[in-house]
Amino acid sequence: MSKFFTRMGDGFGIYLSEEEIRADIEEGTKDAADRAQIPQLSKEEMDHLYDIVTMPGIVVGVERGQEVVTTSDSGGCKISYHCNIAIDRSTAILIHEKVLGADSLDLGHIDYSYKAVKSVLHDEAAMMELTQLNSVIPVLYGSMPNLGLYTKPDGPVDNWAELLPLGRIDEARAAQEEAVEHAVKDIVYVAEGMYEAGADGMNIDTSGASGDADVLAALKAIEIIKQKFPDLGIEMGMAGEFILGMHGKLEYDGVRLAGLYPHNQVKLAEKAGANIFGAVVNTNSNMSFPWNIARTVTFVKACTEAANIPVHVNVGMGVGGVPMCEVPPVDVVTRADKALIEIGKADGL
Amino acid sequence: MAHEVASGMGGIRTAGDLVLRLQLSKSMKIHDAKKYVADKLGITPLELSDCVIMAEIREDLNLGRPMPPDRTAKGIEAKFRIAQLLGIKINSVERFKTKAGLS
Repeated sequence: MSKFFTRMGDGFGIYLSEEEIRADIEEGTKDAADRAQIPQLSKEEMDHLYDIVTMPGIVVGVERGQEVVTTSDSGGCKISYHCNIAIDRSTAILIHEKVLGADSLDLGHIDYSYKAVKSVLHDEAAMMELTQLNSVIPVLYGSMPNLGLYTKPDGPVDNWAELLPLGRIDEARAAQEEAVEHAVKDIVYVAEGMYEAGADGMNIDTSGASGDADVLAALKAIEIIKQKFPDLGIEMGMAGEFILGMHGKLEYDGVRLAGLYPHNQVKLAEKAGANIFGAVVNTNSNMSFPWNIARTVTFVKACTEAANIPVHVNVGMGVGGVPMCEVPPVDVVTRADKALIEIGKADGL
Repeated sequence: MAHEVASGMGGIRTAGDLVLRLQLSKSMKIHDAKKYVADKLGITPLELSDCVIMAEIREDLNLGRPMPPDRTAKGIEAKFRIAQLLGIKINSVERFKTKAGLS
């Protein structure tokens, strides 16, 4: 019996038979459907996904006409800080524009948190101004709400991660609610500076990294930014497929945030005023690529069907069906792209 | 890079930046944004991702190119033209006008 090369969720190569791949695809879509109470992939969609997984060639691509656009998170930092190449971020953005074919990029500080950016906004804004003079592609400013930074000793509020194990639930909740207000002020403050600097938009990225309060901060900030600057584009990117209930009772527009999956998250992003939603589905490194991509596409398809705004799926290390490894293999990255666009109907990556 | 090869429009190599601008400013889904831009350029959505066709269009309309020769629009200059072509406001263009005393 012939076997096909594919990978595990940690990136290591494996060989699976047709029966094993089909079984993993069925299990993956079932897992997503059970968790989020959404439809499984149809027989035709699973057949298409099987074809994508087993397609010959290292690199595969979408059908002509199905190409999509890309946004980024910490895009301006990839070449400069992450690769340790001694260029400034503005130059990195021009390389992405002119050499790498990016459709947009976000400028961001290496700390990539609104709280950290607040104190250096004048320098960040000047960098945005210079970047905007030289670039043609849309350039956003990106950072995370990163609510954890507001806890003592670095921040003003008590640390809910310390209070919760002690059973001090009410105090932990109060601390998170206070942190939300601080974060909203910082995000709006940075957005004001970036609007004046000519930014094409704000990327409120990795929302939910500290749980439901983190998401609430993002949504409230987006609402205020849109009231102040209706023309400023907003992308809301998520931290994970599922909003963790670190608080548990927080609501936005009457909807409890804890436990929401992408197809419900996107509706709140729309309500707040986001223009683009960055959906995230986590990769399970103990399961195969066919399992992970089937699961991811199931979540994404439900999200794009629910959305009235474009959905850009996060497709990187450990998300979007891509294995959790530092150097993602192009064989599975390109297969993930094709599946997310052709079956999941993603509007961008 | 893998994304661009497998599924990307290609930014200013084609019309990717223009399509992205419609998503960001008008919340258009990918096919609506492509149709909007294609209609403005007088081509089909399929042709938007063809770098040969778009290279000629970007040259003719002076919309910014990956390897711009001398005397062509670059950076903010190209964005003035893009804003006019697409009928949208581009924040950096509006800021430029204000700071340069043009509005």
